[in-house]
Amino acid sequence: MSEKKYIDVEFSQLDSERMRMFMGPQHPSTHGVLQLEVELDGEIVTDVIPHIGYLHRCFEKYAENKTYPQIIPYVDRMDYVCSMNNEWPYVLGMEKMLDIKVPEKVEYIRVIMAELNRIANHQIAIATFGLDSGAFTPFLYFFRDREMILTMFEKASGGRLLYNYFWVGGLAADVHPTFKEDVTEIVRIIRDTNAEILDLLLNNKIFVDRTANVGILPADIAISYGVTGPMLRASGVPLDLRRSEPYSIYDRFDFDIPTGRGEVGTVGDCWDRNIVRFREMEESCKIIEQALKTFPTEGDVREKVPKRIKLPKGEIYCRAENPKGELGFYIVSDGKDKPERVKARAPSFVNLGVLPEMSRGYMFSDLVMILGSVDIVLGEVDR
Amino acid sequence: MKPNEIFTKLKVHFGEEILELVENPPSDSFILVKPQKIDEICQFLRDDDALHFDYLTLLSGLDLKENLGIVYHLFSMKLKHRLVLKTLVSKENPTLPTIERIWRTADWHEREAYDMFGIIFNGHRNLIRILCPYDWEGYPLRKDYKAPEEYHGNKVPY
Repeated sequence: MSEKKYIDVEFSQLDSERMRMFMGPQHPSTHGVLQLEVELDGEIVTDVIPHIGYLHRCFEKYAENKTYPQIIPYVDRMDYVCSMNNEWPYVLGMEKMLDIKVPEKVEYIRVIMAELNRIANHQIAIATFGLDSGAFTPFLYFFRDREMILTMFEKASGGRLLYNYFWVGGLAADVHPTFKEDVTEIVRIIRDTNAEILDLLLNNKIFVDRTANVGILPADIAISYGVTGPMLRASGVPLDLRRSEPYSIYDRFDFDIPTGRGEVGTVGDCWDRNIVRFREMEESCKIIEQALKTFPTEGDVREKVPKRIKLPKGEIYCRAENPKGELGFYIVSDGKDKPERVKARAPSFVNLGVLPEMSRGYMFSDLVMILGSVDIVLGEVDR
Repeated sequence: MKPNEIFTKLKVHFGEEILELVENPPSDSFILVKPQKIDEICQFLRDDDALHFDYLTLLSGLDLKENLGIVYHLFSMKLKHRLVLKTLVSKENPTLPTIERIWRTADWHEREAYDMFGIIFNGHRNLIRILCPYDWEGYPLRKDYKAPEEYHGNKVPY
């Protein structure tokens, strides 16, 4: 009989190397051309370094060589999921500098269009997040509904994704005659689907287990990193520019600002970010309904503006609450018909910066969920 | 607080460093400061209880022909006021202290200003290009920039 041998293993003496993995730029879960350099300890993420710039299209350089109205189509192409919202702060800034007051009807149409586009954006955000977590059906439901919004935009502006609809001092064209009925119908259907999605996806136990307590972003870190939009609100900070510094006619509407409360996990986790987006869709529906009630059908949609738009010498920073956060344009003018400098404060760019802080210490497979919950569009990150 | 009150307060604390308050409606008013002690000024703006600027909205570079400008847009979450801070550096020696540790969001913003204008932020822990490729030459948003003929054997102007 041989004696039983015990092998002493000193675990602290074992070699343990950290591994570096590259995710992207061609990867289905990076939502575009984004490269993540991930440092792993086993399956735990110890560091993430985002490498961006694959979609850099020199927006700011182009803008210096175009006249003011010619820049609007470029602005569309930054965040191509919510182009209507992108155009708004840009034209707002110019209208403020030129001291133009747009007609009442224009304000109403802008609010309705922007809120519909906010819904479309959140539909994509939640739908693709569902895809990342393995839920395919909500994606189809959301895209079916989004199609109606896009068709409505097409009737009004001629474009399905890139609209060039908000112009300085008004809109490119008046809305179509059946606008009011179309929007009412869209809001009704969106509410129906959302009630279904709540059970199908957001309150689904598999989904909750996958997203609760994952990617927690505390409020102080979020503020230090300049995070805005649903991500900041999910961390419990009720900051919404539509409420805190109302632009256009947002002060006339009654709506709530949903914040993350940590209902299934901790405040500021992936589930909170999704439920905030989901609840914002309902708030947008509320704003649209109120706007439709007092919507003036008569009137012109274009204020008189000079043929060649020249901004007075000076600079302005104009901001608006985009679906992804605070979009701002810093416009410097030296009195010519072309801007001296246009700087875009892109919410996706700023929000992506906090990704390493959020994902340290979680599993590699959770990284996909955390990135999905940031809701980035690389067209806006890289500009 | 209004910009003129903040200006007086800064003038008391930093004296010579604070140059002037530029007001020219309808454009935004801004406070022009010297670049050498920008980090101390920012730290003061963040930590003082009456100012409490805990949020850097935007940091942008500017090409003002003779000089390069750096503009800071600040916001206070608690007190809901805003401030624009501007500083100028020469094109020959475009250096100023970093504020990356004061507001973490400045990390990427400063990298972008370095990438596009060649502004050097002293003390930044990772000052590398962010939007352009890491081995790109020149600073694209400077007014005198000329795009290179080719990059790694590819023609640049299409």
